[in-house]
Amino acid sequence: MVSRAERNPVADWWFTVDKLLLIAFLALIFGGIVLSLAASPAVAERIGIADSYYFVKRQALFAIPAVITLIGVSFLNPKQIRRAALAGFVVCVILLILTLLVGPEVKGSRRWITILGMSVQPSEFMKPMFAVLVGFLLAEGQKRPDLPGRSFSLLLLGIVAALFVAQPDFGQTMLICLTWAGLFFISGMSWMWIVVFAGAGATGILSAYTLVPHVRSRIERFMNPEAGDTFQVQTAQEAFINGGWWGQGPGEGTFKRILPDSHTDFVFAVLGEEFGLILCMCLALVFAFVVLRGISHAMKENDGYVRLATTGLIMQFGLQSCINMAVNLHLMPAKGMTLPFISYGGSSLVAVALSMGMLLALTRKRPDQTRFVAPIEFSPLPSRG
Amino acid sequence: MNFRFGPFRKPAEPMAAATGPEFRASARRGAGDTMRGRLILASACFVLVYGTIIGRLVQMGVSLPQESVTLGNAQAAVSAARPDILDRNGEILATDIKFASLYAEPRRVVDPDEATEQLATVFPDLGTDAVRQRLASKQGFLWLKREITPAQQAAVHALGIPGIGFLTENKRFYPSGRTVAFVTGHVNIDNQGIAGVEKYIDDQWLGDLQRAGMASNNFEPIKLSIDLRVQQVLHDEITAAMQRYTAKASAAVVMNVKTGEVVGMTSAPDYDPMNPAEALDPNNMNRASAAVYEMGSTFKVFATAMALDSGKVSITDSFDATRGLTIGGFTINDFHGKHRVLSVPEIFIYSSNVGTGREALKVGSQGQQEFLKRIGLMDKVPTELPEIARPILPKRWSDLVTVTVSFGHGISVSPLATAMAASAVMNGGILIPPTFFPRSEEEARLIGKRVLKQSTSEQMRYLMRLNVLAPGGSGKSADIPGYRIGGKTGTAEKVENGRYSSNKRFNAFVATFPIDDPQYLLLVVLDEPNPERPGLPATAGMNAGPTAGNIVGRIAPMLNVEPRFDDVDVPLMAAY
Repeated sequence: MVSRAERNPVADWWFTVDKLLLIAFLALIFGGIVLSLAASPAVAERIGIADSYYFVKRQALFAIPAVITLIGVSFLNPKQIRRAALAGFVVCVILLILTLLVGPEVKGSRRWITILGMSVQPSEFMKPMFAVLVGFLLAEGQKRPDLPGRSFSLLLLGIVAALFVAQPDFGQTMLICLTWAGLFFISGMSWMWIVVFAGAGATGILSAYTLVPHVRSRIERFMNPEAGDTFQVQTAQEAFINGGWWGQGPGEGTFKRILPDSHTDFVFAVLGEEFGLILCMCLALVFAFVVLRGISHAMKENDGYVRLATTGLIMQFGLQSCINMAVNLHLMPAKGMTLPFISYGGSSLVAVALSMGMLLALTRKRPDQTRFVAPIEFSPLPSRG
Repeated sequence: MNFRFGPFRKPAEPMAAATGPEFRASARRGAGDTMRGRLILASACFVLVYGTIIGRLVQMGVSLPQESVTLGNAQAAVSAARPDILDRNGEILATDIKFASLYAEPRRVVDPDEATEQLATVFPDLGTDAVRQRLASKQGFLWLKREITPAQQAAVHALGIPGIGFLTENKRFYPSGRTVAFVTGHVNIDNQGIAGVEKYIDDQWLGDLQRAGMASNNFEPIKLSIDLRVQQVLHDEITAAMQRYTAKASAAVVMNVKTGEVVGMTSAPDYDPMNPAEALDPNNMNRASAAVYEMGSTFKVFATAMALDSGKVSITDSFDATRGLTIGGFTINDFHGKHRVLSVPEIFIYSSNVGTGREALKVGSQGQQEFLKRIGLMDKVPTELPEIARPILPKRWSDLVTVTVSFGHGISVSPLATAMAASAVMNGGILIPPTFFPRSEEEARLIGKRVLKQSTSEQMRYLMRLNVLAPGGSGKSADIPGYRIGGKTGTAEKVENGRYSSNKRFNAFVATFPIDDPQYLLLVVLDEPNPERPGLPATAGMNAGPTAGNIVGRIAPMLNVEPRFDDVDVPLMAAY
């Protein structure tokens, strides 16, 4: 197949890419198609699409561009990634503005825009661009103190958050804020700043709680299930319990028929009912594996930009999966968040593939990668004969 | 030397240089090391969160049994199969019949409107808005219709509505209906025993088994000591007697005196065990075991047995009954006063209150209480049926009470208790707790305890037979040729508004047969009977007696009691 003897782009890629991560991503993409057989037909029936496998077929169809994106992007080198992210960021900002102007209003928000006959959710694509750019800016700011990297990253955050809130899409806003804060924290922000930002975050959550009625009601319903309508989370919980360890079997689930968004936000519960808790645990373990392996790559990384961009991408991925599963399991208030690779949605699938393609590109082995770490509290050894 | 740390020394220099001039002074820890520490912190956070998620999944798996409720609970409750109940000859008294019941799991009903409309094609009464709302709810389980026919089941099945299903329910069926209702008892809608033997077997073991979820569908049938044929005769006769004498109620008990088995027991008015609501009417209570009465002169059987057994009175003694017995300010009189000195047998057959009272006084209050306790009349009857009444005893036991109790006033006991004690008097003096389940004579001998001398029992048999045969004997009306019945009447005046009424009676007849070797004891009671025709008295000899005779005449052949028409009775008469 490929030989180490000849140098060509494919061989270089093959011997430098993290194959375990690649396998995990491909497994999630194809697993997602199989698992969408559980949740999607019920939704198709409910919303009156004649072909009950409509969503399954679409998911399978989107898997092709997703795999191409994943592998194609992973061929780039860190510098190309950075440039692509910058270009992508500009495109996404334009699309987001267009979305606000011409996008159709669905369920009270404008998130979609039609490009070449395809519905696209620009915010999904914005997330990886944002993570890479913030990583770059923070790293540059550290390397060259004369550059206001932190301020620039804050400016980016302001732009993106404003565009997201305008849709409105609080889930994605929260996600990019968390990504930014996480990167800021990891880049070595002093504890004083941490306290300041933690305070800002708390203020943000508190003001959302007091000012935005539906945020308030969601939190209250989480704290006190009897207080209001907790139909979704309760049904999700019953779905897990009904499934048991080994599940009811493919197609045997019943809660998916009454769970709204069973093919997107609550796909995890549907999987729990049909394929069992064991499979859910395996899925959680795959996500955990990806996240921990991504972070370990970041730890080994020498270059500040690559390290922070890797961390940003992996944090987004990890947070998104954690929040989705936690909401399904009633561990936190209901928040619309897709399960990466598994939830139905073309934009989301291709965007996650893009994001993870970038991750693969950044984590490829490079000659200048090796990093030496000075031992903490290193002191010259006393001379002993 | 120091070669372990060697590699770290050189790189320390470029790192410090790379981090920029302002960091140089601070420490040897570069920005990269801070990042490394924080990345470890971040991984730890992620591990914690994923760990929590997996822990939650495990918790869901563990919470499985208690949370999966609703349909499972209903299934467990309705499928509660029960053992068949048979009479002593294997005739079915109670059995389970299976039928389908329609339920819904509203949570799983996809389209409540459509489901309601489709159901209405089979059950028009289910097409209402109420049903639609219930199907649209989030309930886990609800019954739509219980007991549907196989054709209806097939029709609903063919509709194929999601969230609608059938459970096979067991419905208790009592082929003999009212005849055995007071013995078998009945069950509630969930097939749980709530009266009679049904409740007894639930309390004993079936209930525990079902709660433990181990109840099967193949129980061994349970055999009772009841003989359905005898039961039918009893039911027939006492219902007829109640109508003929326009009595308020009636009851009868047949016991095997040698084993304590209750062969028949019934009470009228009765109820249909398949319509348990009827059992709620207080008028339909089980008067044979769950009600207490002042038994009246039938208690003279016990007073006489007590006097003879104490040794203080001999059968050849005589007592003065020329005038009433004045005691404690009251005067006791006889109903058919002979106004002369009466011998012990005469006191018995003329049912003299004065004579019996004098016999009891000779034994004394203490001796009487001790005797009544011994023969089981002071306690609740120890048997299986749940519907057993406690006796009502006098609060103070004065001499007056001793006299009244001797002829069955001032003490209230259940007919079943009376039958049990009378059996002990007749069977040779052994008190055997009555049972509703088959029992052999050997088993009875093990649990029976002697309460009277054998000789006392023999003398009592003689007196009982004499009461039927002798001219003027109160039991004459119960004589059935060949079956050698011995019997004693009892006519008690009922208490009405705190005083004894002269026109409301409680009549009883206790009979045993064949008297030369008693096998069965029959007790018939009639509550507030009226004269059959105006002008006739309404004493026990006029109603309870003939009823008892009719019953014995019909059941004795069934119970394999051989009729004898020789002169077996004559020597008995000659003995005195």
